[in-house]
Amino acid sequence: MSAALTDGPARASWALTGLMRGVLPVLSVLMAIIAIWYGASMMMNRAWTLDQMQRQNIDMTPIEIIAAAMTQERPVLPAPHQVAAEIWNTTIGEPIMRERRGQMQGNPRNLIFHAYHTLWPTILGFAIGGFLGVLLAVGIVHSRAMDMSVMPWAIASQTIPILAIAPIIVVVVSNLPALNAAVDQGWISDDTKLLVPKALISSYLSFFPVVVGMVAGLRSPQASDLDLMRTYSASRSQTFWKLRLPAAVPFLFTSLKVSIAAALVGTIVAELPTGARFGLGARLLTGSYYGQTIQIWSALFMAAICAAALVMILGALERVVLKRMGARA
Amino acid sequence: MVQPATALDAATPGPVIAARNLDLTFATNDGPVHALRDVNLTIDKGEFVSFIGPSGCGKTTLLRVIAALEHPTGGTITVNGMTPDAARIQRAYGYVFQAAGLYPWRSIEKNIKLPLEIMGFDRAEQDRRVRDVLALVDLEGFGKKFPWQLSGGMQQRASIARALAFDADILLMDEPFGALDEIVRDHLNEQLLTLWARTGKTIGFVTHSIPEAVYLSTKIVVMSPRPGRITDIIESDLPRARPLDIRDTPEFLAIAHRVREGLRAGHAYED
Amino acid sequence: MRAVGLAPWGLPALGVALIVWAALNDTRLALILGVWFGAWALNAYLSERARSRGVRLVVPLIFGVTLLALWEMAVQLYDISFVILPAPSAIWARMITETATLWADFQQTILKGALAGYAMGCGAAFLTALAVDRSTFLQRGLLPVGNFIAALPIVGTAPIFVMWFGFGWQSKSAVVVAMVFFPMLVNCVQGLKASEVMQRDLMRTYAASYPQTLIKLRLPTALPFIFNGLKICTTLALIGAIVAEFFGSPTVGMGFRIKIEMGRLAMDMVWAEIAVAALAGSLFYGIVALIERKTTFWHPAQRRG
Repeated sequence: MSAALTDGPARASWALTGLMRGVLPVLSVLMAIIAIWYGASMMMNRAWTLDQMQRQNIDMTPIEIIAAAMTQERPVLPAPHQVAAEIWNTTIGEPIMRERRGQMQGNPRNLIFHAYHTLWPTILGFAIGGFLGVLLAVGIVHSRAMDMSVMPWAIASQTIPILAIAPIIVVVVSNLPALNAAVDQGWISDDTKLLVPKALISSYLSFFPVVVGMVAGLRSPQASDLDLMRTYSASRSQTFWKLRLPAAVPFLFTSLKVSIAAALVGTIVAELPTGARFGLGARLLTGSYYGQTIQIWSALFMAAICAAALVMILGALERVVLKRMGARA
Repeated sequence: MVQPATALDAATPGPVIAARNLDLTFATNDGPVHALRDVNLTIDKGEFVSFIGPSGCGKTTLLRVIAALEHPTGGTITVNGMTPDAARIQRAYGYVFQAAGLYPWRSIEKNIKLPLEIMGFDRAEQDRRVRDVLALVDLEGFGKKFPWQLSGGMQQRASIARALAFDADILLMDEPFGALDEIVRDHLNEQLLTLWARTGKTIGFVTHSIPEAVYLSTKIVVMSPRPGRITDIIESDLPRARPLDIRDTPEFLAIAHRVREGLRAGHAYED
Repeated sequence: MRAVGLAPWGLPALGVALIVWAALNDTRLALILGVWFGAWALNAYLSERARSRGVRLVVPLIFGVTLLALWEMAVQLYDISFVILPAPSAIWARMITETATLWADFQQTILKGALAGYAMGCGAAFLTALAVDRSTFLQRGLLPVGNFIAALPIVGTAPIFVMWFGFGWQSKSAVVVAMVFFPMLVNCVQGLKASEVMQRDLMRTYAASYPQTLIKLRLPTALPFIFNGLKICTTLALIGAIVAEFFGSPTVGMGFRIKIEMGRLAMDMVWAEIAVAALAGSLFYGIVALIERKTTFWHPAQRRG
């Protein structure tokens, strides 16, 4: 550690140590992962290239072999730059909308189109799950009966591999008379109907982190804080709005971030076994049917980008809210 | 009971701890902080030395330098005639922190055995020493309990027992009774003096309580902050056997007065 | 001012009113509501009056049984289509008659796919955490990256692993390894960093070696974190193993069965598999939680009384 003796260099060295502490380690780990990836992709794709070489009876230098292994159309493990290129081509390189039967429609070759079809139910499910989670938490904190009867089952519900139920929910929901009637009446479109089961599954996955975080948050005021409210003879609802809820906000945001990532996982998995045509999960599925490994990986990365974006948006919201509540940055 | 941990320090006639022109500067984001400046101090074998001063005066830092938990940026310091690091590796001292710091997953007995296991004592010896130090700090019968089942005072006694277990000649204590109430504190002070008389250890003791410092010590080091430095070193001429009510005698009050003057002088210098 | 809220008798009165209203319109609904409010009143009474351990067990049990009863009643009274929701009794009947199939699927998916992957993934993550333990630089890099990857939909790699490792349980284990590795790694790395500065200083005053500090201080402090990771991973392991079978499997396995029976609209069998998965998941979690309680009894979260 360098000793900083005057103000200017102090700030500079602070920035430098900040870089050392934060960015540099992350970058090196990422570089290491990419390097390992290239190595693995080399190892795994070489066999096919060598095989081709023998069949066509041509000689290749090691450099050529490496180059060939990195440019296969259906590699066992695509190289990072192949995936990057695919993502580029299917986002920037494709129009988002295209004309079909005289109508402008979403272009299924565009990855952003699929991301949109996944993000929508994710956000819907997250909203439902988050809302129910907060509601349940409020109930649990205020009613002993609810605490004792619901909480164990909320925990147990998460030990159930819920994603396995995804296909059932899809079948059940698509067979619901009420929903079908709504489609027949023209209240909702067929596309919206397909969205419902996805949103339900993602809300199931996203409610639990919110319940746990919110219960912890609402219970976080200390006995002395609660006693203070009692000396004011504040009502239960006053105590709730003025003490418990503000105290719970930091907890809420932490669990919301976990929960939105879970919601995204829920939607994607809901798309897997249901024969959905659009969405990142559907993209994974078609990729796996046709052995399009590059397509699979690019869909995975798009999912990662979506997850990161969602969590970052919540993080920004968290900073704004906490700042307005007077927390120190 | 008194047996030197190593033959080395028995053969060393010089002071146990000798610091000369000691400097320690921390680099922080807000610029350098002079935790210690120009500290000169010698501590002889068998002394009970208190370090007293307001927070930020470097008393804890000085103790940590002696223990080789911090390294000075200038000056020299020797412990048993060698560098603090060498002394640490020879396990020359036991250290008691402000909080008891007992491991919650170990019973009291196992906590006391912790240093013994690390230093490779054999089983029988471990058991013997645990029994001895538990008796020394008045905790017989509590060996099987877990720390979180005991009161704060008992936990702190157990942590002292842990520091005594490997029988180093030096005992370094960093505000060990700071978090305890006055009555428990008086009691532990008395016990500490008895222990010191029985074992003849050299003790370095950080405190911010004037009565505690005067009651316990043969030498009181008064320190003041910004930069952390020694403003006065007071040799106490109180008898070694000290009942609690010695605190009402004029001799005691005179020393306490001088300590208070020293602390005040440190402040005046700053303003 | 009087607090806004219901008087103690408000909730029961509301319930009775609701039942009466329902009875006038639809007796079946009144019956269901009646059972619900009855059970709820019982639970409310129990949880307010008695606080023994027995009550702690009975109250959630009543709640669960009530849910099952309501499910059964709703299906019977409203003649809900078998495809939408089979009654618990029908599922139970199927579980009795198809025990052999269920057991074979359980063995294939849980015992082979999930458990093998869980052991390998968590073990590898722990060893990796130990390997990067001495480098704070690597830890600083790994924590955010690992946290990020742990939040990703890793189940999505299932088709890839099925392509690589074939239809057998090995590919399911591979998916499970990929799913549990990062959550476990993050927890282990955090756990190993969790010891207090003072306790590490204490070890330094003993001139303790690196392995000594690791075994005597840092592993014990890491245990609660490690168990947290192990618990999260139990569910992930089951999900991974079952979902991976949707992408290709031999003709046995829970995911395979769910997919096939769905196609035949044999929903009672699908629900039977789900029930087995739920039981297995709870049992798996329970076992890990039990071991945690035995080994980290000293941690404030585990202390009783």
